[in-house]
Amino acid sequence: MWAIVEENWLLFLIGQYPHGPIGGLTVTVILALLGLILSFPCALALALARLSPFRWLRWPAVAIIYAVRGVPLLMLLFWAYFFVPIVTGQAVSGFTTLLCALVIYESAYLSEIIRAGIEGIPAGQTEAAKSLGLRYFPTMYKIILPQALFNMLPSMVNQFVSLIKSTSVGYIISVNEITFAAYQVNNRLLTKPFEVYGLLALTFFVLCFALTRLAKLLERRIGTRRAGQVAEAA
Amino acid sequence: MTPRFDLATVLSGEYLARYVTGFITTMELAVAAWILAFLLAVLLTVVRMAPFKPADWAVAAFVEYHRNVPLLIQILLWYFGVPELLPNSARMWINQQNSEFFFALVAIGLCFSAYMSEDLRSGIRSIPGTQYEAARALAFGYFRSMYYVILPQALRVSGPPLINQTLFLFKNTSLAMAIGVAELTYQAKEIESYTFKTFEAFFVATAVYLTISLGIMLLGDHAARRSQIDAR
Repeated sequence: MWAIVEENWLLFLIGQYPHGPIGGLTVTVILALLGLILSFPCALALALARLSPFRWLRWPAVAIIYAVRGVPLLMLLFWAYFFVPIVTGQAVSGFTTLLCALVIYESAYLSEIIRAGIEGIPAGQTEAAKSLGLRYFPTMYKIILPQALFNMLPSMVNQFVSLIKSTSVGYIISVNEITFAAYQVNNRLLTKPFEVYGLLALTFFVLCFALTRLAKLLERRIGTRRAGQVAEAA
Repeated sequence: MTPRFDLATVLSGEYLARYVTGFITTMELAVAAWILAFLLAVLLTVVRMAPFKPADWAVAAFVEYHRNVPLLIQILLWYFGVPELLPNSARMWINQQNSEFFFALVAIGLCFSAYMSEDLRSGIRSIPGTQYEAARALAFGYFRSMYYVILPQALRVSGPPLINQTLFLFKNTSLAMAIGVAELTYQAKEIESYTFKTFEAFFVATAVYLTISLGIMLLGDHAARRSQIDAR
């Protein structure tokens, strides 16, 4: 197993770069980060639409969220694979295809987290903001969201972990990420599939485990911080 | 050239038969994996509650592995990796069987047993210890306290998250196509490559997934509402 690491660690980390396209763990992390950054505004919009008092905003948001949550990520990936090129009118890389599918998928889940966060803020906060003369957007932007997003930080880290794991489906359309790198190494060695895929599992484990620990730590800190605030208020 | 929406082709003869067998395989995989996951989850929860630290650590390690490694990679590891560890004769035997389905079933079942055991555990932990003490004070033994007092309440609490896991399990059976299990997603892709009717081919499969998923979601919403009313 150590020999596999010694000979292939560079392929696992950055793919064939600089002799070919960049790949491996680097692309996995880039995909996950870009996915999070791009899905955040979409998720925020969906969450606010779902909480809005206007039916024409709320219903489409509910429909989108339920539809996306009801379909396997793989199905969304195939939709993106065949339809993004038609919509944009040009050939699109596997990377872009996967990113589109991930952003759509994650937006729906992240929006539910954000909604729960907003709903968890006591109504008195909105009322207080209103009585200070703030309108809807300043209230959201200055009062509600900073508190809601802070409280939702642990859930968002967990969602990020699930995003990192989701990037592995790119393997099915041959996106050049770490699962694909492992597939290439396995094809070269032929006789050591358990070691190669075990190594792949280990890599994901280390990355994701560290992040879930971080989520737990944040949860505890936010918990004590809140308890402190309540004690001060009382 | 205007693309025309033509479901008739993909829903006729051979292609319809593919959808039907794909759907049956998906359902078989989902139901079998669910049963495996649930039974194993109950076992894991019971082991975890035993007053024996190493057992607790072993279950915790099992859960952490399955939660932090992508399911696709667990499936690949089972399908490509595990047979390599077996003796030659066993490997030959497995290769003659329908091993794709079997390994997908094991991988999905084990993975979701980890998630479900966490749901069950938090359900049990949410029941105050005084409930158990009260049951004992009424002269119920350990098993009868569990059966009549703790478990009915704990299952109420764990119900909605368990249904949510069921939804995830159902959707994730689609990953089995990566090792060649001929389930719904696999068949949709096959039909697409035979007919070139991309939109229609995926439309049908998506509609089938969505129908079942929405059913599970409605069930989940219903269960969540019921458990809420009882808590008040």
